[in-house]
Amino acid sequence: MSESTAVHIRQCAKTFADGTRALAPVDLEIAGGETVVLLGPSGCGKTTLLRIIAGLETADAGGQVLFNAQDVTALPVEKRNVGMVFQSYALFPNMSVRENIAYGLRVRKHTRSQRAQRVAEMLSMMHINELADRAVSQLSGGQRQRVALARAIAVRPRVLLLDEPLTALDALLRERLRIEIDSLLRSLGITAIYVTHDQAEAMALADRIVVMSQGRIAQQGTPRDVYQNPQNPFVADFIGTVNRLRGTLTEHGVHAQGTLLPLGKGLTVSATKEVDLLFRPEDMRIVPAEEAQFIGTVSSAFYLGDRTRLLLAGIGDAPVMVEVSAREPIARGTEVGVSIDPQGLMMMPGTPS
Amino acid sequence: MSHTPFLRLMPMLIPAGITFIAFFLLPMVKLAVVGATGDAGLAAYASILTTPRHWESLIATLILSISVTAVALMISTLAGLFLVRNLFPGREVLVAMLTFPLAFPGVVIGFLVILLGGRQGLVGEISQALTGDKVVFAYSMTGLFIGYLYFSIPRVILTIMAAAEKLDPALEEAARSLGASTWRVLVDVILPALKPGLIASGAICFATSMGAFGTAFTLATQIDVLPMTIYTEFTLNANIAGAATLSIVLGLVTWLALFVARSLSGATVAASG
Ligand SMILES: Nc1ncnc2c1ncn2[C@@H]1O[C@H](COP(=O)(O)OP(=O)(O)O)[C@@H](O)[C@H]1O
Ligand SMILES: [Mg+2]
Repeated sequence: MSESTAVHIRQCAKTFADGTRALAPVDLEIAGGETVVLLGPSGCGKTTLLRIIAGLETADAGGQVLFNAQDVTALPVEKRNVGMVFQSYALFPNMSVRENIAYGLRVRKHTRSQRAQRVAEMLSMMHINELADRAVSQLSGGQRQRVALARAIAVRPRVLLLDEPLTALDALLRERLRIEIDSLLRSLGITAIYVTHDQAEAMALADRIVVMSQGRIAQQGTPRDVYQNPQNPFVADFIGTVNRLRGTLTEHGVHAQGTLLPLGKGLTVSATKEVDLLFRPEDMRIVPAEEAQFIGTVSSAFYLGDRTRLLLAGIGDAPVMVEVSAREPIARGTEVGVSIDPQGLMMMPGTPS
Repeated sequence: MSHTPFLRLMPMLIPAGITFIAFFLLPMVKLAVVGATGDAGLAAYASILTTPRHWESLIATLILSISVTAVALMISTLAGLFLVRNLFPGREVLVAMLTFPLAFPGVVIGFLVILLGGRQGLVGEISQALTGDKVVFAYSMTGLFIGYLYFSIPRVILTIMAAAEKLDPALEEAARSLGASTWRVLVDVILPALKPGLIASGAICFATSMGAFGTAFTLATQIDVLPMTIYTEFTLNANIAGAATLSIVLGLVTWLALFVARSLSGATVAASG
């Protein structure tokens, strides 16, 4: 196998003809063989960045895209040797499954026997041997996306670019295909850039998650890093669920709602300041009232099977969400005491009220 | 099997049947019979082969219609794709104006061609001023060709634009990402998607050209297209049988083109004009 391709994105911005600023100047380094997921809400510029990498869109003047040492900024998509997978599958309706997969090879003038061999490899890699001679219209969504993946990989692209490939599929199929894509990317060792707005998908697939917001990179890091140490309120809110309490940071700890919460080890404070305390539902425990940091009243309880999600009123301005094991039912209106695992306590500069 | 539903439908079929027989079948039969009952009898049908004026007219009309169809399809595909893909000021107005020729009868189109390429035409005056030679093309095959093209392009271009707007841009991008050149994308992705529209509008374009009379009537001084020949036969020459056989042949050729198009595209194709 040929060496993998690193992608360097330097100062790539995008302003569309109608004046829409889709992307602020973005820098991003992607190592060869890495799977990077661009994650963010709809309209944050994920697709635009992906299309700039693909060569389907040109960055504003000053932006640069490099594949390893090669500057590909001026190369159109057909010269970049990238594989693309779209949400809409984009299979050629006038061609069979086999012809779709062989298309890139045909364009590259591979011989008939080379094509047949590679198509056979792809069919079995994606477990779609029996579909080879079907028309595209006879395939289900999941089958179509398998064919689209096979077609993209068949030409051995330098970089594989996937734009919300699972978004059009139903939940069960999405999960199955996600696992398949994951093992495919690992076994190929190909550099892959995957766009999604689904954080669960991002967490499961990514070596590194790049969280985007309003045309900028809000944070990047491993899934664990981004989940456990969000660097700004946007990332904390977008990835997983967080509770938020206003507090005051002093040398003794954080005062919030009349309770003093101890600081984590090694944290020293020089001056008093207003902070937002962030903590996730799974970092809270129900405890006896005398040990509790906060007391709240259960306003809603959602039984989820493996756990129960409670909304507690009376602690902060907004209800606090707690996840508890599902064994014993807790009725609405019950008063419960909770405490926060110090490991799970995150602090951000306070938002002015 | 029960016959009841059919029996119950019978009364309803009667008006439809009468209409069909009175307005469609009777004239057709009459036409076919008239064709065969002239002085020459059934041999009148062979006249199209034995009378040079007739088969020359048939060949000229076929060549004209086929080339108008081919050129109209080419121009409309390029222009239609361009109009769908490019936003520029005045685009809406241009698209609206493109449908304008549809509102003109053939006579007016013939008149326009004369204004352009006739003896007092615009092209003639300009060429005389520039080179001293007066270029006149309105009364030749070129004039007919331009006139026919003028009313054919709007029919085709609107169909192409409708089909091109439905094309998923991701298809083209997928092909390009796989290394396809602009030409390959056109051949492998765009034209296959436009094919049903091209066949349908091409057939209509051909049928319309075969039967067009007004434009030819206004222009034709040197060549006779088939509808003109039919007209001449029965008005000037009082050759009713000849006119009838030519009509039948014209009808058959046109019907055949539409039939082939319908079976190729699966879509409903109807002649107009
Ligand atoms: N061709 C375009 N012309 C104008 N604005 C566009 C175009 N494509 C995208 N945009 C705008 O750019 C922003 C980013 O879009 P996009 O990259 O598609 O977001 P995402 O993929 O994250 O949902 C959006 O505000 C979108 O409306
Ligand atoms: Mg998008």
